[in-house]
Amino acid sequence: MKGRRRALGHFLSILTIVLAIIIFFPIFWMILTSFKSEADAFTFPPPLFFRPTLDQYDIALGASGYFHYLLNTVIITSLSTLVALLLGVPAAYKLAFYPTKRSNFTLMWIMSTRMLPAVGVIVPLYIIFKNLHWFDTYHGLIVLYTAINLPLVVWMMRSFFQDLPYETIEAARIDGATLVQELLMVMLPMALPGLVSTILLCLIFTWNEFFIAFNLTITKVPPLTVYIVGFKTSEGLFWAKMSAAATVSALPVIIAGWVAQRQMVRGLTAGAIK
Amino acid sequence: MRKKLFLLVVLAVVAGVTVPAMMAAAQENVTLTVTVVNNPDQRRLLQLSDSFQAAHPNIKLSFVMLPENELRDRVTTDITTKAGSFDIVQIGTYETPIFGKNGWLAAIDDLMAQYPDNVQPNYNVDDLIKGIRLGLSYDGKLYAAPFYGESSMLFYNKKMFAAAGLKMPSDPTWDQVREFARKLHKPAKKQYGIALRGLPGWGEVMAPLDTVINTWGGKWFDENWQPQLTSQEFTDAVSFYVKLIQDYGVPGAANNGFSESLTMLAQGQAAMWVDATVAAGFLEDPKQSKVVGNVGFVMAPYEKVKKGYHWLWSWAYAIPTTSQHQAEALQFLTWCTSKDYIDLVGKTYGWATVPPGTRYSTYKNDNYIKAAKAFADVTLKSIESADPTDATRDKVPYTGVQFVGIPEFQGFGTDVSKQISAAIAGTKSVEQALSESQDIVTRAMTDAGYIK
Amino acid sequence: MSDMRNVRSAHPWMLRPAIIYLIVLTQAPVLLTLYYSTTNWNFLRPDRPARFVGLQNYLDFFLARDTGRIMLNTLVFSVAVVGLSLVFGMCLALLLSREFRGRNFARTLMITPFLIMPTVSAVMWKNMLFNPAFGLISSTLAALGGPRIDWINQYSMASIVVIVTWEWTPFMMLILLSGLQSLQKDHLEAAQIDGAGPLATFRSVILPHLSRYIEIGVLLETLFVLNIFGEIFTTTTGGPANYTTTLTFNIYLEAFKRWNVGRASAYAVFAVIFANVITLLFLRVMRRQGGNGVAP
Repeated sequence: MKGRRRALGHFLSILTIVLAIIIFFPIFWMILTSFKSEADAFTFPPPLFFRPTLDQYDIALGASGYFHYLLNTVIITSLSTLVALLLGVPAAYKLAFYPTKRSNFTLMWIMSTRMLPAVGVIVPLYIIFKNLHWFDTYHGLIVLYTAINLPLVVWMMRSFFQDLPYETIEAARIDGATLVQELLMVMLPMALPGLVSTILLCLIFTWNEFFIAFNLTITKVPPLTVYIVGFKTSEGLFWAKMSAAATVSALPVIIAGWVAQRQMVRGLTAGAIK
Repeated sequence: MRKKLFLLVVLAVVAGVTVPAMMAAAQENVTLTVTVVNNPDQRRLLQLSDSFQAAHPNIKLSFVMLPENELRDRVTTDITTKAGSFDIVQIGTYETPIFGKNGWLAAIDDLMAQYPDNVQPNYNVDDLIKGIRLGLSYDGKLYAAPFYGESSMLFYNKKMFAAAGLKMPSDPTWDQVREFARKLHKPAKKQYGIALRGLPGWGEVMAPLDTVINTWGGKWFDENWQPQLTSQEFTDAVSFYVKLIQDYGVPGAANNGFSESLTMLAQGQAAMWVDATVAAGFLEDPKQSKVVGNVGFVMAPYEKVKKGYHWLWSWAYAIPTTSQHQAEALQFLTWCTSKDYIDLVGKTYGWATVPPGTRYSTYKNDNYIKAAKAFADVTLKSIESADPTDATRDKVPYTGVQFVGIPEFQGFGTDVSKQISAAIAGTKSVEQALSESQDIVTRAMTDAGYIK
Repeated sequence: MSDMRNVRSAHPWMLRPAIIYLIVLTQAPVLLTLYYSTTNWNFLRPDRPARFVGLQNYLDFFLARDTGRIMLNTLVFSVAVVGLSLVFGMCLALLLSREFRGRNFARTLMITPFLIMPTVSAVMWKNMLFNPAFGLISSTLAALGGPRIDWINQYSMASIVVIVTWEWTPFMMLILLSGLQSLQKDHLEAAQIDGAGPLATFRSVILPHLSRYIEIGVLLETLFVLNIFGEIFTTTTGGPANYTTTLTFNIYLEAFKRWNVGRASAYAVFAVIFANVITLLFLRVMRRQGGNGVAP
């Protein structure tokens, strides 16, 4: 009886790993293709042993202006995350430790803004951007992305703050700490792992954003998501190059996601689930 | 301590936003942002632009190269919103009169009078082919300078024809073309009867299809702007086109635009192709084509009406009124559309590859005549005989051979093209596609106030 | 000791900047959308200034011939994606809830599709897997003697559903996994002692416990999936014809291809209404647990 149970257990474990590999396979294939020459990329059956080359990375990173888009993405995601933190962490702190009767409602309202569909506001944003001459500018996108990150920061940090032991605040107050000292020197350092996860999640969502970036930028400021769309039409043999560009674009977020795995659920569900 | 921290954070934010801005403003020279379509002639322009920058060191060129459909989107967005991202835009004979009428483009004539020193010497506006020049004007003023002009013609693979014992007449009909395609369609040997565009886009599948509609006696609108997409002539024409592709065309044609169809012919996989005359230079270029010296060029096919069966188009460069550097833009614009540029291309890449169809002088140039012997005559004849003001059997309220020259056409033209593509892919019947297209166009025209 | 808490109240400006920022950037534009939806503004016709047309755009929405198709697409798309990701997510979560060597490795691999840029996913699936001539799927089928199918054009909706389900299953899986991990071991053991088989255990112990998680997962995923744009744009652009045009995609087409800003705004109002309905449901679920977390 126990032997059968163990065999079943082994079977399930192997099944799980196999499924994981299948699910991951397209990504693996893409990464593999990025190291092939174009001729190899288009051959079928695909050669099991092929000469790996870094040529595609050379081309993708060099000639096609990839760095311009990478720089844009980095600037936009980091600055919008930073501003969202500046606005959101104090808000989260207040909601966590100094709640009022209205706090619950406020929190729900903040969450609801995150759920507003971008299509619902793209037309007015387009017109406002046009009138302010904010089209294709860094500050335009940063302002918008901050609004997207802000609810995430608030609900995640509030959730993390609430996990901290209340005695620490009391002890700090007894020591005569002011509000700012309490936040910056005592609680925030303790919530550092949570802060890191929050930052990673913000980066993931803004790095991958497409709709707003696509419609409100033209040439100077578009991020990587827009750059990749250039590969949607067939231009002869281009898969290996596309794979290299795609791999480099997706890799930072994949790594960020792997690191922040455990906190992702909290971020994805507005703290409803930890 | 906390004050310092706070200050540091504020500084970081400020620096992060202003430093890039300052860096951008620190440039002394003028940088022109130019949009170009992604096709062979424009790619050559990019390569030759170094010589322009050498001659004018204070002007830097920044090119934005995109596929045709995407380019149109970006340019239209920029121009209609007056976002001012581009100094020079590549547009065609469709957009130019409309944008000119709306006051979104700088009039070239006026600019040339205002900045005579920025005009390429010996530019000679009168050398521009009349039909092309008219197509790029509104109310008598030129709003864009033509980079190349084209009509459409029939390309065929001479070897395949000879092997099958067939002879192509100089003025074929579509029925004859269908017969040829039937005899030459050997999919097992990867040889297809005919390559034709099927890709959605008013500038992709609709271009050749419109010429077929014209020559069948069809039209988009009657004189009262009532849509005619379900008329007998329109339906017959579209059915013919769709059936021809489905029976003897290239598989996956619903995804094939100009580039893909060109590849089919250049790789020797298609026996015939009806498309833009500019492809001729490409097909005769040994670096790109496997069928050099093997391609025959004749007039585009007609059927019932000998009007509007080959189109008129020019890709041209224009300067939006929002550009801050109109004088420098004029410099580049007149350089790349001048006789000097044509000479430069001829000397650098071979005379068969020069941008055709813009100037009479090109067709009097001995070098060009020699190199383009096979197709120069047919090209010039096609361009000169294509008349956007008289392309249909019946009188119509619009101009344009392969498009309808109203702003709304961009919208409904694209929607209709999607329906047609679906019919070509076999996911819809032609009747269904046209019935829905009729609805789409009727709605668009009612919205826009053309009909009640 | 505890009334120390009331001695100090937080500075009101800790929270206000965030609130003001969000109001300006999210609520104000929605009001503008509402306003534009009552005009017939068209960007391409500067010669024809926008006029107030009342509810005409909304009427057009209901009367238009393709509205039915678009709403059907939207419904099919969201139900298929959410439904499939729920089923697959459940299976994967059950498998991952066991402790075994390589479990972290498996989980890490499985969440990756969710982290990929939507345009990268789309471009990868479209070119390398779905392409009829050179794609992996078609080539494998052809090698086994099957036909070469043009997936994107022949089975467009199915293709997009496949891509988006692949991307979003990890989302559902993670949520359900959290739920499974919070299930106390003794409940499971109690069921086993009672002699319940795995299926019965699933139905009477696991599923009820997971109901709240399923609710949250389904609501949130529906909300996000309704707004999917990048994948459709990159693969089919809403085609062939309008077979894969969803409400979201149609708003984009109406606003930026046909430049019919008035009508696009009317459609957008519908999208916002749907989103609000789902959001309210979600908030109701949250409030049921006191808004503080589902964990016991």
